Amino acid sequence: MVQTAPLPVSSSASTVRPSAPASKPPPAVPVDDLPAFDIQGFSLWYGSRQALYDVSIRIPARQVTAIIGPSGCGKSTCLRALNRMHELTPGTRIVGSLRLFGDDLYASGIDPAYVRRRVGMVFQKSNPFPTMSIEENVLVGLRLNGVRDRAFLQERLEESLRMSALWDEVKDVLNRPGTSLSGGQQQRLCIARALAVQPEVLLMDEPCSALDPIATAKIEELIQLLRERFTVVIVTHNMQQAARCSDRTAFFYMGKLIEYAATREIFTNPANPQTEAYVSGRFG
Amino acid sequence: MNAAAINCLPSPGLALRRRWASRGMTMLMGACAVVVMAPLFLVIYFLLREGASALDWNFFTQLPKPTGEVGGGMANAIVGTLELLGMAALIGVPIGVMGGVYLSEYGSDRVNNWIRFAADVLNGVPSIVWGMVVYALLVIPFKTFSAYAGGVALGLMMVPLVMRTTEEVLILVPQSYREAGLALGIARWKIITVIVVKTALKGIVTGVLVALARVAGETAPLLFTALGNSFWNRNLGQPIAALPLQIFSYSISPYDDWHRQAWAGALVLMLLILGLNIFVRVLSRGKSAAS
Amino acid sequence: MSPLPRPTTPGAGILPVSPRWPDRSFRWLALLAALSIVALIVLVGWELYAGAALAVKKFGVGFLGSSDWNPVTDKYGALPFIFGTLVSSVIALLIAVPLGVATALFLTEMAPVRMRQPVITVIEMLAAVPSVIFGLWGVFVLVPWLRDHVFQWFKHTLGFLPLFKGPIYGPSMLAAGVVVAIMILPIITSVSREILRSVPNLQREAAYALGATHWEVIRIAVLSYARRGLFGAAVLGLGRALGETMAVTMVIGNRPDISASLFAPGYTLASVVANEFTEATTDVYLSALFELGLVLVALTIVINAIAQLMLRTLAGPGSGKVM
Repeated sequence: MVQTAPLPVSSSASTVRPSAPASKPPPAVPVDDLPAFDIQGFSLWYGSRQALYDVSIRIPARQVTAIIGPSGCGKSTCLRALNRMHELTPGTRIVGSLRLFGDDLYASGIDPAYVRRRVGMVFQKSNPFPTMSIEENVLVGLRLNGVRDRAFLQERLEESLRMSALWDEVKDVLNRPGTSLSGGQQQRLCIARALAVQPEVLLMDEPCSALDPIATAKIEELIQLLRERFTVVIVTHNMQQAARCSDRTAFFYMGKLIEYAATREIFTNPANPQTEAYVSGRFG
Repeated sequence: MNAAAINCLPSPGLALRRRWASRGMTMLMGACAVVVMAPLFLVIYFLLREGASALDWNFFTQLPKPTGEVGGGMANAIVGTLELLGMAALIGVPIGVMGGVYLSEYGSDRVNNWIRFAADVLNGVPSIVWGMVVYALLVIPFKTFSAYAGGVALGLMMVPLVMRTTEEVLILVPQSYREAGLALGIARWKIITVIVVKTALKGIVTGVLVALARVAGETAPLLFTALGNSFWNRNLGQPIAALPLQIFSYSISPYDDWHRQAWAGALVLMLLILGLNIFVRVLSRGKSAAS
Repeated sequence: MSPLPRPTTPGAGILPVSPRWPDRSFRWLALLAALSIVALIVLVGWELYAGAALAVKKFGVGFLGSSDWNPVTDKYGALPFIFGTLVSSVIALLIAVPLGVATALFLTEMAPVRMRQPVITVIEMLAAVPSVIFGLWGVFVLVPWLRDHVFQWFKHTLGFLPLFKGPIYGPSMLAAGVVVAIMILPIITSVSREILRSVPNLQREAAYALGATHWEVIRIAVLSYARRGLFGAAVLGLGRALGETMAVTMVIGNRPDISASLFAPGYTLASVVANEFTEATTDVYLSALFELGLVLVALTIVINAIAQLMLRTLAGPGSGKVM
């Protein structure tokens, strides 16, 4: 294994750490000290093509973690593995362990739908459901998961839209189709939709790549607000974006985790020459 | 240099001839297109000329008159056709749509390719064969021709038609909607029914209507299932009249008045089918959410 | 360092746990519906075979080669019907393939763009006209016209050929061929159009670059490239022609004779079933009709399968699975 990247031991310090034993008993530490994701020795194959190589990473709770790297480096794959979305591609296979607040997400008998309720996701291109109004879009996750209580739905509607900084813009047009909004608003609607089911983690897969700079700035602002209550993992090909809005940054290259450290470290004093080459714009 | 280049080219006469040949072929092909379209206009022209005069109030309200008597109508056949279409839809739509859902949302490429292939082959089975199959399946065991048997024959014909069109429109629904639903932890069957199928609903309805229009004019599968009936059908377990059947039996009869009524029936059937087709066109012209 | 509080409301907690059986049963139901296609093919084969068993036992392979069709003596053979089906279908193809391909060429390569859609719409509408209406129109309009004009012309100019000898009745193999040609024209045209549209523009541009005229481009680049697909379209048309029932029944004359003349009446597999099925008085008679149905289905399924395979390999891997 050529993995030489420094790996964090905990959420606050970044030191080199030998790879942990794969099968560890449920941690004795208090729940609150748990990292959001604790990934050990995680590899992933699409058919015979390996997309991730022995990735071990701990993603702290209530922080923003950015995943960067050149296209095809496995950053999106890694993100999608966090809520088992990669399983939509037939013929995928994984080894290793992936725990969310101590719960093994890949344990047998775990319903992927259950995983995805705890780990929400926002996609590259905004995708509000075209047949639904703004309100229905926000509440669809709750309604289709069997929530009927009207007062509760109303409360979640307003809170989710407020959290995604959309409430003031749409509160009078909740019955308009979701697709009638502008591109940036649609993306924030998708964020509201993901927040409505109250996930513990929000994954964002290049959420701004289809947006103009002003809409992008709004989403980045929003990410700063979200970290107060959620754990956010964001994949971006835009290094300035990673530098602007993340607390920690992971650099992937060729399916391997090269370096994971505090964002400032990565951008000012990277430990790995490949990281340095990438963040200084020499490849990728 | 210029002169040398020109010398290489064929003589101006040949170039002219080639251009005229090209133009001539265009005209010939255009003429072929006219010939291909002509039958539709001719059929419609004769339907209107021969049929319109026989269309009156009685045609829509009365039963056929006994052999040789003048007058009467095809009220029972019109209603019968609608009843048969209703039964056909009850069979063809659920099975066809669910099968289309399977092909588009589940299943492996290999299995799906085989099922698609089978559906396409089945679409090519002559309609008369469906009549024979349903005769053996329902008429012989129950010892009677029946509206049910006719409905089943038309319904089975609809299954592969609806299945293929449903699959085609479901595939057009962007994958991102399914992913968004899954990322919310919604069960897959709810995503499919509430989000995917709803997004493609217009296309599915279009496919169903096209399939209905296609089987509405079918005569052969009804010959030995629904059989036809000169009276009202009061029990679906009994034979039932249908427009195409009535047109067929009247047009091969020796009576002028029945010929007149056959034209009128054909006009009504044609209006029903063209109406469905035009409705479908208007429906699919509106912006499709799936695209 | 203060411990990180967990998110205030963990998502898994607020949502009722949904059982997984609805998802599974939905999938099974969908699979069942998809497999119904296979079941239908088996059903068709089985019911026809079961119905035909008696005749198969009684007449054996000789059934296919015998031209007896005599309910009085209870002797049956399929030959006149196979002959009639093939002859009327071949006539239809001879008329429809050139016309259909020419129309498709006109629509994809030549017609002004604004003219294309209306023509396509008309041809699609033509496909929607029921067989029985073509039959009605054929009996009262087309066949009398053919009899009084076209057939006479053939007899006068080509009467030395056995194909155009003999008395002219009107209802005949040739009349059936013409009506079936009209009915298969839409499918041949639309499939040909698809094929021609799939010819890469590069092919055309290459030919234009050589200084070819419009027609030469079509001949050199388009037609030679599309030849196999157009053949597939013709085979598909043949599959449809073989099974046409009502219109054929109404104009072919319904006589189980094998005659060299195209003016003579004939009979097809489908039309004899349509005419005689409800009149079959003996079990053997009915069973013989079932066997004709079996022959018809075997013919059409083989022809259709060939057409599908030809068109499919051409179109490349079909629309793939999405999810």
